[in-house]
Amino acid sequence: MENVLEVKNLQISFKTFFGEVEAVRGITFSVGKKETVAIVGESGCGKSVTAGGIMQLLPMPPAFFKGGEILFNGENLLEKSEKQMQGIRGNKISMVFQDPMTSLNPTMKIGYQIVEGLMKHNKMSREAAIKKSVEMLELVAVPQPEKRINQYPHEFSGGMRQRVMIALAMACNPQLLIADEPTTALDVTVQAQILELMKKLQNQLGMSIILITHDLGIVADMSDRVVVMYAGQILEVGLTHEIFASPKHPYTRKLLASVPRLDMNREERLHSIEGTPPDLYAPPKGCSFYDRCSEAMKICKDNMPGFDERSRTHQSRCWLNHPMAQKRNSMNGRGI
Amino acid sequence: MMAEPLISARNIKKYFDVAGGKLKAVDGISFDIYPKETFGLVGESGCGKSTAGRTIVRLYEPTDGELIFNGINIFKLSRKEMQEARRDFQMIFQDPYASLNPRMTVEDIVAEPLDIHHAYKNKSERSDRVIELLRLVGLNEEHAMRFPHEFSGGQRQRIGIARALALKPKFIICDEPISALDVSIQAQVVNLLKELQEELGLTYMFIAHDLSMVRYISDRVGVMYLGHLMELAKSDELYSNPVHPYTRALLSAIPIPNPDIQRNRKRIMLEGDVPSPINPREGCTFVDRCQYAVERCRQETPLFEEKSAEHFVACHIV
Repeated sequence: MENVLEVKNLQISFKTFFGEVEAVRGITFSVGKKETVAIVGESGCGKSVTAGGIMQLLPMPPAFFKGGEILFNGENLLEKSEKQMQGIRGNKISMVFQDPMTSLNPTMKIGYQIVEGLMKHNKMSREAAIKKSVEMLELVAVPQPEKRINQYPHEFSGGMRQRVMIALAMACNPQLLIADEPTTALDVTVQAQILELMKKLQNQLGMSIILITHDLGIVADMSDRVVVMYAGQILEVGLTHEIFASPKHPYTRKLLASVPRLDMNREERLHSIEGTPPDLYAPPKGCSFYDRCSEAMKICKDNMPGFDERSRTHQSRCWLNHPMAQKRNSMNGRGI
Repeated sequence: MMAEPLISARNIKKYFDVAGGKLKAVDGISFDIYPKETFGLVGESGCGKSTAGRTIVRLYEPTDGELIFNGINIFKLSRKEMQEARRDFQMIFQDPYASLNPRMTVEDIVAEPLDIHHAYKNKSERSDRVIELLRLVGLNEEHAMRFPHEFSGGQRQRIGIARALALKPKFIICDEPISALDVSIQAQVVNLLKELQEELGLTYMFIAHDLSMVRYISDRVGVMYLGHLMELAKSDELYSNPVHPYTRALLSAIPIPNPDIQRNRKRIMLEGDVPSPINPREGCTFVDRCQYAVERCRQETPLFEEKSAEHFVACHIV
């Protein structure tokens, strides 16, 4: 498969008063054409910083790129000037943010917010851009689009606002859509509507999606491949069914076991992960999950495991997967 | 069912005066909660579940209805009597960042209910009790002299739980206690709540929008929509055999973390959004989004009735 995006050994840090926070510590992944890649992880694991890094929307300073490259259609985005990025942002790569309340401009009619991008990127006339905006709103199923383009964001409900955000992001027909927790602020019934809409648009327009979420149910529903992040690193990457059916990293296994499932017996105990993620001011030398891992070994403390390369699609970063590691027999079905 | 209910809520209403009329946040809900059980209350944002919880502990003055606890109508008590009654009623809040006073030490936060109710004889008894409470929720005595900002979200929620337990209450309302926490931390807090329930014989009302978590923790579950209870049943019954069209849609909308199941499910899509609770019309509140709606649903509000054993539904067509 041809890759739209390739992130190679990306490192992003923040300079703060207390020192340097290593938010993203050398991550490598790719996104194929028409593919949906989910990035999952808990708050502070660096998933949103990764998205901000690709879009180059991070405030610099304090943020800075410490190393690595972001190849979009083979071109390194980190070498682009701000002016060149403006031509890419919203045009070739778009983003849908978590909070539709704050990511639309409250002082501008929503029609104008969509028209703005179209006129800038596609050199459309105002009339053509307005016509296209109405079409886009129709596409995302906003009722009465001709009337709605003359309204302000506060006149829309949360779900409708997120639809407007999606219309705005899709207006220029981007190759890559980055959706950062697109439904976290929404109710489940509205979430279902938005997710269906994203799937439908992807089929129609053929774009790639990076879906950032902490909800494993959404991952199961939407993604082709999954990237599991923890403490600024990727711990596991694989096809969606591989990750859910045979997770290789203890963190992924525990994450899957800590959410209650509707088919679960109520007497069963939830598997919590004790402790908290490491401090990224001074990230650990060894495996970042060492402190919380019930299967940790001596080697894990000071030596960072590499990815095992035995499967082309499914890789994890754990010493237990080393060919010479002793077989684990404590595993039951879900590996806890 | 078993024994006498610990709490009987009857026709509880809470209206707010807003520009343009009355906002009927809770519009006549009735249910019983039995000793040592967990009663889950679910619904989408704006359905009135938090208002219902706050009205029950009288953080909001109820507009109408009665709440019987140990044979007394809590809503009729004077301010002074209410303060006494509150010993048995505690609350755990959603936001562990906003519900702890940042200027107070953990010891003072946890001891505040004890201070108010003069529940100790001397200082050492106070600090002993605080340490006992902190241990109970998985913290330790070193934490007592620290301030809230030194703790993570999960630990803060533990402090909130310790405070709620200080007066040895019988009944605790947990208002979205885990929705601000990460998945792995959520499991820690839920397990703690379950352990405490067994150890101390507590009764919970668990308010949340995460339906899989509510199913997991609750014995019985009520589903709210726009100020009304739509359905109420035992947890397993409600999830395996939902009757109300809204409950069905709500359950089918939860993504299941298993790609094989999730991708082969049929979703019931609801059109549109929740209507405004300001000056609602007569009739079923769900009528505009219901695919089974008939003329009668627009005319009269369906009664909340026991359609089969211990399974209550408010719908004309079932």
